Amino acid sequence: MKARLKRTGGDTLEFKDVGHRGEPLLVVDDLHTSFRTGRGTVRAVDGVSLTVDEGKTLGVVGESGSGKTVLSRSIMGLLPPRDVIKSGTVRFAGHDLTAMDPVQLRQVWGAELSMIFQDPMTALNPVKRIGVQITESLRLHLGMDRSEATATAIELLRSVGIPSPEQRIRWYPFQLSGGMRQRVMIAIALACSPRLVMADEPTTGLDVTVQAQILDLLAELQRERHMAVILVTHDLGVVATRADDIVVMYAGRIVEQAPTKTLFKETRMPYTQALMDSIPRLSDPSGIRLHAIAGRPPDLIHPPKGCRFAPRCPYAQDKCHQSEPPLRTAGSPDHLFACWFPLVNGVSTAPGMSSGSSVFGVSGGSGTPGESADASTASDQVPPAPWSLADTPIDPDAGLEPS
Amino acid sequence: MAKYLLRRLIQLVVVAFIISVLVFLLVHLLPGDPAAQILGANDTAHNRAVLNKQLGLNLPLWHQYIFWLKGVLHGNLGQSYLNHTPVTQVISTGWPIDLELIIISQVIAFAVAIPLALITSRRPNRPVDNISTTATFGMLALPPFVIAPIMVAVFAVGLHWFPATGYIPFTQNPATNLHDMILPSLAITAGSIAVYYRLFRSDLISTLQEDFVTMARSKGLSPRWIMWRHAFRPSSFSLLAAAGVNIGALIAGTFIVEFLFAIPGLGYSLVQAVNQRDYLVVQGITLVVAVAYVVIQFLIDFLFTVVDPRVTRE
Repeated sequence: MKARLKRTGGDTLEFKDVGHRGEPLLVVDDLHTSFRTGRGTVRAVDGVSLTVDEGKTLGVVGESGSGKTVLSRSIMGLLPPRDVIKSGTVRFAGHDLTAMDPVQLRQVWGAELSMIFQDPMTALNPVKRIGVQITESLRLHLGMDRSEATATAIELLRSVGIPSPEQRIRWYPFQLSGGMRQRVMIAIALACSPRLVMADEPTTGLDVTVQAQILDLLAELQRERHMAVILVTHDLGVVATRADDIVVMYAGRIVEQAPTKTLFKETRMPYTQALMDSIPRLSDPSGIRLHAIAGRPPDLIHPPKGCRFAPRCPYAQDKCHQSEPPLRTAGSPDHLFACWFPLVNGVSTAPGMSSGSSVFGVSGGSGTPGESADASTASDQVPPAPWSLADTPIDPDAGLEPS
Repeated sequence: MAKYLLRRLIQLVVVAFIISVLVFLLVHLLPGDPAAQILGANDTAHNRAVLNKQLGLNLPLWHQYIFWLKGVLHGNLGQSYLNHTPVTQVISTGWPIDLELIIISQVIAFAVAIPLALITSRRPNRPVDNISTTATFGMLALPPFVIAPIMVAVFAVGLHWFPATGYIPFTQNPATNLHDMILPSLAITAGSIAVYYRLFRSDLISTLQEDFVTMARSKGLSPRWIMWRHAFRPSSFSLLAAAGVNIGALIAGTFIVEFLFAIPGLGYSLVQAVNQRDYLVVQGITLVVAVAYVVIQFLIDFLFTVVDPRVTRE
């Protein structure tokens, strides 16, 4: 009955250095993840393809319910086995993760591919000393003995900026502050030097002042260890300066995908534009109302027939409500977007749109255009958004203005 | 930790003191004059007064209490009105029986409930889980006075595996004693298994949905390791609390089973004493049972500090 901390069964997997062969580290192809619920099938991730190169950072941005967390767990294969329908492939360092059995996956998890969770209070075991929570993976994957693992854990805690780690290693999570806990979480995730770290909203539960510190720490460790990071967040401001590429998700699909600079400079998708507009700016006069996108994300059991953003899009035309736009390129091949009437220089190419300024107005206010019948009915139907993408103040140092 | 336990220990002493006052008052709240009972209703008022004086019953209540408490602290709980055996002797023959019943029944209960919960909680609502859950529901619904006669009918009368009644002290013949105690213990253990299994199972199921279990999975740990090293302890808090209450209730609470199997435990003696208005025996046993209850809660509190580090530090 006794559990042992040892890899069991199966051959040891080899993880090739794909970087030298010009292959991306991670290739996700047409990934679908659905959950069977009492009401119907929720299509949380609905056909997502993306790649991550070794040592690079991919930002995955979207509001709550856009499927970004499910996406990160689907890539890892961490979802519960029951009531989940999955299809598509995930190739990681030369292996198809979707074809692996649980024993093989456990060789990948924590060793080559690890995860930083959103809330370090709930993701750390409350009744285990933090030292034990770090040494577990070291002993399991690297075969270290107890004392060797402890020494390594102390070094790891030091590298994530925890003062006097020799004592702290015997502490319990509840004895640490939120920022410290997230540092411990990073130490756990990086313990075995993985090639890819999934950071799922790593700073959402933290104080604004601590957020930047944690992100900087993560970036620094990433450089030192040459690992790739998938940074999942609802905050474009977080990824603006830290990601090499950005994927914008809406209702389980990618709606725009581009290198960070391009995304900010040549925004094509009105949803991306709306996300940008909802970032509060220090240059705004005080007292101004924050920009919010009216309405809510669609029901993923019965998604809208056409473009999924159309019901909330001020530029939406009949075509948008009828058929779904494919993810396509225009100009540079690494810039993809799904929109029938993409923005050019911030102006919609939809017929009847001549206004030069952004039409995403003040929440519930007068900024919505009256020209388009579709748009006005759409925003009349939906009540003012109860949430706002802009309700978390962002780090003033993050430098949100695209160059 | 030491500070926390010291605080609990002081609480224990205070509670024990309050219990002693209540137990003392219990007898005095009951109607009737002890002197009249001893001398008979037809004796003279003068004789009664003399006896009251001899017994110290003419003194103020607080004085009587101190007098009684002094006796208690010196191990003197008085003697039975009926056969003049010292109350301490009644208790000292009774408590090992209760202790034995409790230990055997609880060891069986934990040995069945914990592994069963560990197995079924991993895949809830599968056949094994449904069978166990239904079976324990039945156990919960059947009180010992229903289970015991059925077991006697099947295992004692029908199969002759065990004696229907009888008791031999452990010190006289351990093997026979254990053999005799199996049926009574099983009658008690059914309810405990049901309570422990259901609590531990549901706590395990909710713990397995916690972020820190997903986190443990994302480290590549095996399901068995996660179960034992990550989910077990955080799921055991309500189990521990329930065990404290349950074991406390079993002290002298086993009297039905003791009656059915004719085992002279504390509960058996208590019920007899109540029936015969043998007040000092009632008083003595009540005091011992109440103090034992408090001590068990103290031990459970101590175990909490072992299981959950947050208890002592927050």
